[in-house]
Amino acid sequence: MADFDVPKLEDYLIVPEPRDQVTNHLAPFVAKPPHQSDLGFPEELVDNWKEVAIAKMGDLLGKYRSLQVFLDICVHCGACTDKCHYFLGTTDAKNMPVARQELLRKVYRRYFTFAGKYFPKLVGAVDLTEEVLDDWYSYFHQCSQCRRCSVFCPYGIDTAEISMAAREIMDAVGKGQKYCNEIIAKVFKIGNNLGLPEPALADTLEGLEEDIEDDTGVKVRLPLDEKGADILLITPSADFFAEPHVDGLMGYAKVFHEAGVSWTLSSKASEAANFGMFIGSYENMRKLALRIREAAIDLGVKRIVFGECGHAWRVAYSFLNTLAGPFDFLDQNYPIPQHICEFTYDLIKQDKLRFNKEENDHMTVTFHDSCNVARGAGMGGYEGGQFEIPRAVIKAACNNYYDMDDDTIHDATFCCGGGGGLLTDDLMEIRVKGAMPRMQALKKVTEEHGVTNLAAICAICKSQFAKTLPYFGFRMDQIVSVHQLVSNAIVMKGSEQEAELDGSAEEAGEAETA
Amino acid sequence: MSLVSTLYVGLFYAATVILVAGLAMRIKKYAQTPAPLVIPTMPAPRTETGVVMRMFREVAFFESLFRSNKWIWLFGVMFHFGMLLVLLRHLRYFTEPVWFWVNWVQPFGKYAAFAMLAGLLGLWARRFLVARVRYISTPSDHLMLALLVGIAMTGIGMSFLVHTDIISVKAFFLGLMRFSPQPLPGDPLLLVHLGLVATLMIIFPISKLLHAPGVFFSPTRNQTDSSREQRHIADWAKALEAGER
Repeated sequence: MADFDVPKLEDYLIVPEPRDQVTNHLAPFVAKPPHQSDLGFPEELVDNWKEVAIAKMGDLLGKYRSLQVFLDICVHCGACTDKCHYFLGTTDAKNMPVARQELLRKVYRRYFTFAGKYFPKLVGAVDLTEEVLDDWYSYFHQCSQCRRCSVFCPYGIDTAEISMAAREIMDAVGKGQKYCNEIIAKVFKIGNNLGLPEPALADTLEGLEEDIEDDTGVKVRLPLDEKGADILLITPSADFFAEPHVDGLMGYAKVFHEAGVSWTLSSKASEAANFGMFIGSYENMRKLALRIREAAIDLGVKRIVFGECGHAWRVAYSFLNTLAGPFDFLDQNYPIPQHICEFTYDLIKQDKLRFNKEENDHMTVTFHDSCNVARGAGMGGYEGGQFEIPRAVIKAACNNYYDMDDDTIHDATFCCGGGGGLLTDDLMEIRVKGAMPRMQALKKVTEEHGVTNLAAICAICKSQFAKTLPYFGFRMDQIVSVHQLVSNAIVMKGSEQEAELDGSAEEAGEAETA
Repeated sequence: MSLVSTLYVGLFYAATVILVAGLAMRIKKYAQTPAPLVIPTMPAPRTETGVVMRMFREVAFFESLFRSNKWIWLFGVMFHFGMLLVLLRHLRYFTEPVWFWVNWVQPFGKYAAFAMLAGLLGLWARRFLVARVRYISTPSDHLMLALLVGIAMTGIGMSFLVHTDIISVKAFFLGLMRFSPQPLPGDPLLLVHLGLVATLMIIFPISKLLHAPGVFFSPTRNQTDSSREQRHIADWAKALEAGER
């Protein structure tokens, strides 16, 4: 099914010998002139691109301490070399985190350090050439900015920061990535990554309301642009139509319904994802984040809740307050913003949701910690809440749950292989190969515990696994949303499920006393 | 005073100025460059005290490295903490009277040199034996190890094999500190040892040795997890919102 070699799943994860030039040919489509100009970048590679690139690098070095420190302090110890899922899946030496960083670092040394200026060969410094730029374009788009390397680096050097800077430099010289830049412009023009206009969105939501009513007999609303609602739900646009995302969205709606809160979606801010982070552009990330602030003000809401979306949650949790705050106009008694898992978990703790876990008995579930939630954000207001809370939500809705191996979950989790702006068909080979370490861990729990399904709280993870699971002999529908499990098991008041349960309980009671 | 002594006087004054001024400039740069976004590697401590503890575990136990790779951790610990004891022991050549606790360190410091050397050789061996580490090693990585191994071996040589006139060495350094230069013994082992040390001091602020001060400025390790409660806006980012709200 593939025109490339799909990595074989062994009994355990094997660290390969590094090889040269294995995936240097894998690069995403270059942004076309309109995609570039929409974001204020040069339309194509400018004539004096070398000067522009070096000047941009200097500019970023002055703006980001992370970049300045990380480019200086790596000692080449090798601790990160076996940590990247793309290296493990491709064997390409330049996919080792330190080698990926060196692509930028060797140019930094040449133009910004004493040793690199006067002894380039000694310290591995090189001039910026077309060849180097091509390597940048390939390998900085083979990084999903998942931060796994940063966990294991003795100095916390985060390749994501280096990749973001490199992509920003490439945008500045006119060599941007089509996928990311086209999508960012779509949000500016229409409101979401998919380019769903307001009428289509309203239509979709209406259809979902009908589906829920058919299934449960309960009129659960999915309101759009409703002024005066208490909660604004910001969710990835994939939730509106993609599988299994949409089942998660129906889960959020049922939870809101049971909580008895008023809530709304916004057509203006109908996108949780913020691709401005992927291209390292503070300005674009900020403009995208401001749409959420504006929608919250326009609709007069008191709270903001985010749906299941990994990088979106990183931007929301870690950056939103900085980019678009202060949110002094919202209710300060709730976290700003709040994750849907935090919201559901609070209700579970207060015993306000009723579940019939048997509805999920056909599944044995494991949880894939999405990289940007695990290593880029938090939940619950305490260290490690992002690991416990989604699992607690799953366990409230499922009887059968097993974790994957310790070195593949929590903050050591492997990225799905499609994050950071790589979720595009022109990068399918790198996506499949990058999924290998996660697939390996999944295979192990499948064999040991009979796990049938992988639950996630990220739109990218869900889309990526739906595409890549079949390459490894799994079924595409083995990936599920966490709130899909909630949706399956929740017993709403006045629903057919409630009647059935309580009815059968009565019958069972009668049988016992008879 | 001999020509060699005069040269070494000049060398150590120059090396000290370069080390101190170079490091000060670099640290100033790290401290003044803004960190516009909160990017601690999560889960991260929620309090300043927690961050201090995290950083302490990182520099005292190499916590992340331990999770990452036990061999690098072992060799790294042997080298760094061996060197720490050796350096503390060397304080006796710069203090008069010698601080009491430096006397306590003395016997440990002497043998710690072997741990330091073994650690260095272990790290160096990895640069040849492990293909992934071989791939990322530059000539300067090897030279840096050669330099440190040279310092350790000449030091061990003087401690255990060919003793130098240590009283005169101490007089030389006290003289430097009091700005009244004294002659230095001409033993080849001593001259090589001190020459390599001065070289190390000179390249410190322009090399990867900057990891020593740099780790304290690493945003992924020194930030608190407080982004939902507090804004962390940099001055240059603030300029973007001028007139907006």
